[in-house]
Amino acid sequence: MTAVLEVRDLRVWYGTARGSVRAVDRVSLQIGAGSVLGLVGESGSGKSTLGRGILGLLPDGARADGEVLYKGRNLVGMSQRELRRMRGPELGLIFQEPMTRLNPLLRIEDHFKETLEQHESKLTDKEIRRRSLDTLGRMGIPPTRFRQYPHEFSGGMRQRIMIALALVLRPSLLVADEPTTSLDVIVEAQILRILADLKENFDTALLLITHNLGIVAEACDRVAVMYAGQISEEGPARDVFADPKHPYTRELLRSTISLDTTELHSIPGAPPNLISPPSGCRFHPRCPDVMRVCPAKDPIETQPDPDRRVLCWLHGPETEIPDGGTAPAERARIAVAEEA
Amino acid sequence: MSKPDEVLVSVRGLKTHYSIRGSFLDRLVGKTGAAVRAVDDVSLELRKGEVLGLVGESGSGKTTLGRTLLGLVPATEGTVEFEGQDITRLSEHDRRLLRRRMQIVFQDPHASLNPAMTIAQAVGHPLEIHGLAHDRDDIRARVADALERVGLAPAEQFMDKFPSDLSGGQKQRAVIARAIILNPVLLVADEPVSMLDMSVRAKILELMLALKHDFDLTYLYITHDLATAKFFCDRIAIMYLGRIVEIGPSEAIYADPKHPYTQALLRAIPEPDPRRTIPRDLPRGEVPDASRPPLGCSFHPRCPKAFEVCGWEARDLKELLERRWAGLDEAGFEAERAAVGPVEELDVPKTRVRLAAHGGAQGADLRGILERARAADPAEPFWTGVRQVQDSNGAIEVEWHDPVEPRLLPSGSVEVECHLYDEAALAEAARRRQIPHP
Repeated sequence: MTAVLEVRDLRVWYGTARGSVRAVDRVSLQIGAGSVLGLVGESGSGKSTLGRGILGLLPDGARADGEVLYKGRNLVGMSQRELRRMRGPELGLIFQEPMTRLNPLLRIEDHFKETLEQHESKLTDKEIRRRSLDTLGRMGIPPTRFRQYPHEFSGGMRQRIMIALALVLRPSLLVADEPTTSLDVIVEAQILRILADLKENFDTALLLITHNLGIVAEACDRVAVMYAGQISEEGPARDVFADPKHPYTRELLRSTISLDTTELHSIPGAPPNLISPPSGCRFHPRCPDVMRVCPAKDPIETQPDPDRRVLCWLHGPETEIPDGGTAPAERARIAVAEEA
Repeated sequence: MSKPDEVLVSVRGLKTHYSIRGSFLDRLVGKTGAAVRAVDDVSLELRKGEVLGLVGESGSGKTTLGRTLLGLVPATEGTVEFEGQDITRLSEHDRRLLRRRMQIVFQDPHASLNPAMTIAQAVGHPLEIHGLAHDRDDIRARVADALERVGLAPAEQFMDKFPSDLSGGQKQRAVIARAIILNPVLLVADEPVSMLDMSVRAKILELMLALKHDFDLTYLYITHDLATAKFFCDRIAIMYLGRIVEIGPSEAIYADPKHPYTQALLRAIPEPDPRRTIPRDLPRGEVPDASRPPLGCSFHPRCPKAFEVCGWEARDLKELLERRWAGLDEAGFEAERAAVGPVEELDVPKTRVRLAAHGGAQGADLRGILERARAADPAEPFWTGVRQVQDSNGAIEVEWHDPVEPRLLPSGSVEVECHLYDEAALAEAARRRQIPHP
């Protein structure tokens, strides 16, 4: 697999009145060319910050450290000017709320014109029109509606337009942050269908950020599970879902309510705050499999299978676990009120 | 415990229409604007102690139906009987008295708590509004009890906090505490978990089930999520564009969904099962505008199983042409567009339309476009609805079969509003199929 983008040891933190928040803490990831990587986690896990960190779109006051390698260049520390030139033709972004990202005063045609003129100034009007209509058509937007305004479109159509606006520049990586959250279930499935087919139709890789495990299972090649700013587990989506290695992944899968759910299950407690996260493994206060070593030492990433990695003491390395470290530990009682 | 079949709420022929303001000129000449038929002739019963799920996409009218049930939105027509009293005819004063017995939990816990009120003030507010308690200590004691009931214990820890200090799940617990503090019999829960994280949803649903048991509550659970509804509800009503298209016991609906819309909703749910992929044969498009609903069955433009009598009309031809053009290259589109002219002329709810050829084209050219469209996708249900296409002097006239209005009819243990389960409609379609085109 050739990686279109590689994240190495990325850290993102920002200051708040209560202290500094380590939203992304030493994350490493690879996204293969033309593949779909699902990044899944609860609110506050740092998944959106990671997505923005990759694109260099962090808010003022946030700091990033580490490497985001794209075509051999490190995006971390790159000047805003250079980053802006890459965003669009190289790296695209799709947001959650399509209505707030389209300018209500501009026709769809003008959105495309502006986008293409910014990045490909040599195009003629005719070429701009042809490229735009072609991309819109592949998203199912008829050319008769090219001169309409955003408010004349339904929610699903607007999201299709947003995707077309990103794809018209032919980026090699698209970051989609909860792209279907505000959509209805049938429209959501329509949009996911489009995103999952990107590689066939556009040869674009996709980082799909979501809290919905169902979406990952159906649309992604690989999945990275994020908890408290770290990747707890990463691997081929099929394998991770069939045989989760990290207790968090397993519990998250069990607590997802699906059509097959026969009894409700939930993870006790709530995700930790990232100002002073728990010691050792950050999931240990909520983990049903917690061992003595878990609160004492930071877990070390291991590869239970050649193609998978996990951050959990259950998978060793045994040489690093102190004597008696694998004995089960008492889990502190968590009051209902403490829960999210 | 209540008797199992005692009816708590009975809705008959309920219509809730919102009028849309016309233009300034319309109002000047006294023309009334159009109406959005948010709830369009709904009848259902809510039995004591049951959980009825009202499931549909946004724009289906499920929220409006829930609010009309509580008298929060005036009904346009029909009756809503709550414990034998028709709430649509009550005075505001009497309705207020009834509201002690019926409460609502909204979707967004962040928006349903006043940020300037402490949790104790918010949860105790209903007691003050309804004049049920005046003594501060009494209110605090009852608030503490309600908070502990919803798992916000010890209550002291939460009473003087503000909503911004609480997590989403905790806020929703506080909202539920506020809803139960008056000891209601009916709780309308409008998407109570859809804004919450997956890992929190189960906890809130568990809480609601426990409260139902403790307080002998009846729930109307409004949701777009068939997965939580399956777990939570005794009966399910599927809504589409203001109408109930299928209603019945949960087991029956999930084991054997009858309406093509129900089937589509079920197939579209993303399942955390890696063996599944996103289906490719999903209904196209989105819920249409409720102020201009399609003729016949409202679902027919998206339905993969629609046939002759489902309500095909001019607007479906417009959509068919637009869909076709989205897939053509620019030259192909421009040529066809020039011959057809402005498609807005097709934007009328009519079963017969005259389509004039433009830009020097002839009627035969338009006929050619339709024939090519048909050849490109012969299985498209739209073509079953076309009765005839006639040339008429530089134009064509397209005529569709007249629609048969769908009715909610019993089918097995459920009721379904779809022509596929209506013998009369099927027979009518067969009859029309046999009449040779003139």
